[in-house]
Amino acid sequence: MAQSAAPQPPTGAKIKTLNGAVVRFAGDSGDGMQITGSQFTSTSALLGNDLTTFPDFPAEIRAPAGTLYGVSAFQINFSSDAVFTPGDAPDVLVAMNPAGLKTNLSHLKTGGLLIVNADAFSKANLKKASYDENPLEDDSLNAYHLLSVDIGKQTQAAVKETGLTSKEAGRCKNFWTLGLMYWIYSRPREATIKWLEAKFAKRPDIVKANILALNAGHAYGETIEFSHERYEVPSAKHSPGTYRNISGNQAIAWGFLAAAELSGTEIVLGSYPITPASDVLHELAKYKHHGITTMQAEDEIAAVCTAIGASYAGKIGLTTTSGPGLALKTEGIGLAVCTELPLVVLDVQRAGPSTGLPTKTEQSDLLQAMYGRNGESPLPVIAAYSPGDCFHSAIEAVRIATKYMTPVILLTDGYLGNGAEPWRIPDVDYLPKIEVKKHTDPEGFHPWLRDEETLARVWPIPGTPGTTHRIGGLEKDYNSGNISYDAANHQRMSDVRAAKVAGIAKDIPAQSLELGKENGMLLVLGWGSTFGAIREAVSRCRERGLDVAHAQLKYINPFPENLQSLLAGFDRVLVPEMNMGQLVKVLRSQFMMPIESYAKIEGQPFKIAELETRIRGLMES
Amino acid sequence: MSKLISADKLTRADFTSDQEVRWCPGCGDYAILATVQRLMPEFGVLPHQMVWVSGIGCSSRFPYYMDTYGFHTIHGRAPAFATGIKIANPHLAVWMVTGDGDGLSIGGNHLMHFLRRNPNVNALLFNNEIYGLTKGQYSPTSEVGKVTKSTPLGSPDHPLQPVPFALGAGAGFVARTVATEAKHQMMVLRRANEHKGATLTEIFQNCNVFNDGAFDKFTARDVKADRQLLLEHGQPMLFGKDRTQGLVFDIKSFALSIVKVGENGVTEDDILVHDEHNLNLAHLLARMQYPAYPVALGVIYSEERPTYDDVLTEQGATAVKKFGRGSLKELLHSGDTWTV
Ligand code: SF4
Repeated sequence: MAQSAAPQPPTGAKIKTLNGAVVRFAGDSGDGMQITGSQFTSTSALLGNDLTTFPDFPAEIRAPAGTLYGVSAFQINFSSDAVFTPGDAPDVLVAMNPAGLKTNLSHLKTGGLLIVNADAFSKANLKKASYDENPLEDDSLNAYHLLSVDIGKQTQAAVKETGLTSKEAGRCKNFWTLGLMYWIYSRPREATIKWLEAKFAKRPDIVKANILALNAGHAYGETIEFSHERYEVPSAKHSPGTYRNISGNQAIAWGFLAAAELSGTEIVLGSYPITPASDVLHELAKYKHHGITTMQAEDEIAAVCTAIGASYAGKIGLTTTSGPGLALKTEGIGLAVCTELPLVVLDVQRAGPSTGLPTKTEQSDLLQAMYGRNGESPLPVIAAYSPGDCFHSAIEAVRIATKYMTPVILLTDGYLGNGAEPWRIPDVDYLPKIEVKKHTDPEGFHPWLRDEETLARVWPIPGTPGTTHRIGGLEKDYNSGNISYDAANHQRMSDVRAAKVAGIAKDIPAQSLELGKENGMLLVLGWGSTFGAIREAVSRCRERGLDVAHAQLKYINPFPENLQSLLAGFDRVLVPEMNMGQLVKVLRSQFMMPIESYAKIEGQPFKIAELETRIRGLMES
Repeated sequence: MSKLISADKLTRADFTSDQEVRWCPGCGDYAILATVQRLMPEFGVLPHQMVWVSGIGCSSRFPYYMDTYGFHTIHGRAPAFATGIKIANPHLAVWMVTGDGDGLSIGGNHLMHFLRRNPNVNALLFNNEIYGLTKGQYSPTSEVGKVTKSTPLGSPDHPLQPVPFALGAGAGFVARTVATEAKHQMMVLRRANEHKGATLTEIFQNCNVFNDGAFDKFTARDVKADRQLLLEHGQPMLFGKDRTQGLVFDIKSFALSIVKVGENGVTEDDILVHDEHNLNLAHLLARMQYPAYPVALGVIYSEERPTYDDVLTEQGATAVKKFGRGSLKELLHSGDTWTV
């Protein structure tokens, strides 16, 4: 669907044009903040803004209403310029209850617009949020532009005519709020109305009530003496193409569907529900007509073993999980290393250790992915760096797994998986085909025949005449594939498995710089989802004239061939990561360079400002 | 390695690999291997269309000795691998070998879900009531008080019975046989092969090194007639040398009881007739243990229902019928898009 520009604002309204803005919606888990946020996102995407989002929700599905730990928030940064992060500090905070205000106020810019649902500031709710005084009635919010509205009452009045119960009517208040936000930022309502009509097709009364609420919120902005300014944010200068909004989890799921089509080989997904990876299973389960079979296994172990079984039978085995699940799959992945079967393991990382913070983001499974198996068990590890890149990384993981007959661990994280951005849809005809070779020649056959160049073993599959064979987790003879306990043979097989994975370095792109040029004072080297924040921070530092460059690693095992020489060209290298310094350990051990770590582990992505401060601190000291 | 052969000319040799068999001399596994290799040609399935899958343990070496496709996987997980193979290619004949430790201890969870899910895979559970490969610790089927290296004062664990476990998990086919009874074992495996869906066959297998004679009390030649009940669908459940003992259902105790034909006015007509499709009866038969009862051997329960692989295949076909073959291009452009 092609989208026209924003509708004409009502005459007389004073509208200020902005480059961009950051808006944060916060409320109770039951207040529908994720829906509000994603609707604001879709509409902004259709307007052509560049954007990045950050859904920030609690682990509890329905935490007790009004509690601090039950607060669900959604932040969006939208702009006519390119944006790479959800923004450090919001310009507008919408707080639907006292708990939402309490937990999110510190994010808001001084002087920022604060919209609160005054109805929710009851004694009981204030108490649940640990407020002694009603902040709307003292001076504590003087630093902000406060707009206190009885959103609950306004919504009830607006939807009265539908005859919904007051409970059902109350649930429409997020659309009232969205209506007001659409008015403030001059966004059209059509896309949201269409979404409501499709979503609640079976409940026309609910559709009507939500549309009434949306329109009432919008009208409220127009009719009240709204002393705050109204804005527009023009569309970004995207390069020509057709765009859609996409989250990391959706992009990765679609990447796997693409890999099935590009390789002409079906994918079998074995998976077990786990936050924040379950959405990938949900997404893939919808597309049985796309050459994929999905199975919800009884546990993480069965999930990976099912996938490996499918790989043995000639399909592409896939399993999707998050940190604790990866720990459980460890032994299975080791078997795939030892039997040299293609397998893709997706780890949407979350904060650990153990159950940790399931809905919060972290990059702390890197060492688990690299080394977390018994025995010498090398495998390729790649990390996607943006929602759009998730699509291509999924294809790349399948390419490497099938070409080199190896399990591949693909890392994303909760921030990347749930966050969304506009994405230019690639031309399918130009996506490279994945060539999958099955071995069918009985002549001189044994299951550990290797390709001289890639060192990959052959892939003979059950059902093929003349290539019956047995494989397993016992060491096998290099020359026959039979079980072997021979000492020299074990050395040789361990060497060849390592050399095979190391050799992939010849088959991946050289490491390039995102910003800056080679041989400078400081290189900031990131990996995975820190891409946006680092890029923006480095860009700001460069505008101040600092000699700093940015590179983002996607291939972590093996590293790109030129990485060491690239790093050696800089006086200093700084590695920011959302862990206690894991990539830095790998880099130091491989290159023996004094690489510096900026490790942060708060369950939240890096803010641009904190990175900028660190870089300037390093360079100006 | 493999030869190219036709289905009607198969022999035992076609299923025998060139690998040296490495079980202890006298192990019950040899008898099972020999029976299986003799039986397989009958099924008309070419070796290359067959996959044998196993976990870890003495029994799990089995696939190496079959000249078919084979996957010796990791401890306890064979049911998951077998399911993956079957859903990836439902045309393959998939057989699985596990043991009492592999299948009921570390792999109990997978076996349970395998059985309720019902992929068309045949599982053989070699029960020797001991850990063999790790050199003689008690297993989940060992009796209470079992003295082993890990339980010098006797095992405190209550044993698990494989057949009641399988019935409880919702298995569609459960049978029991003895490793050394080649004819009976062949009959049972033929039935397992014919059954569409997951099958579990418990095979009493003697580990002559660590648990010798564990089943002698009801498998020894001189006592077996009196201590085994050989089940046949539609036939009265009689046993004993002269087949004069039989089972009746005692409503008061809600249990099976043993009666003697010709005594107290009992005739053959009073004896319960075996009905493989009766799940309640199966549960009662499955729990019969010597010395209170004879041990029930044969097909204890059999009821076909849709298989997991068939349902998944059908779901895929239905999706294609409904939406057409998925096109990546259409998918990427579905929903809200905009052009710059
Ligand atoms: S240890 Fe027991 S079960 Fe294992 S091979 Fe030896 S005799 Fe057979």
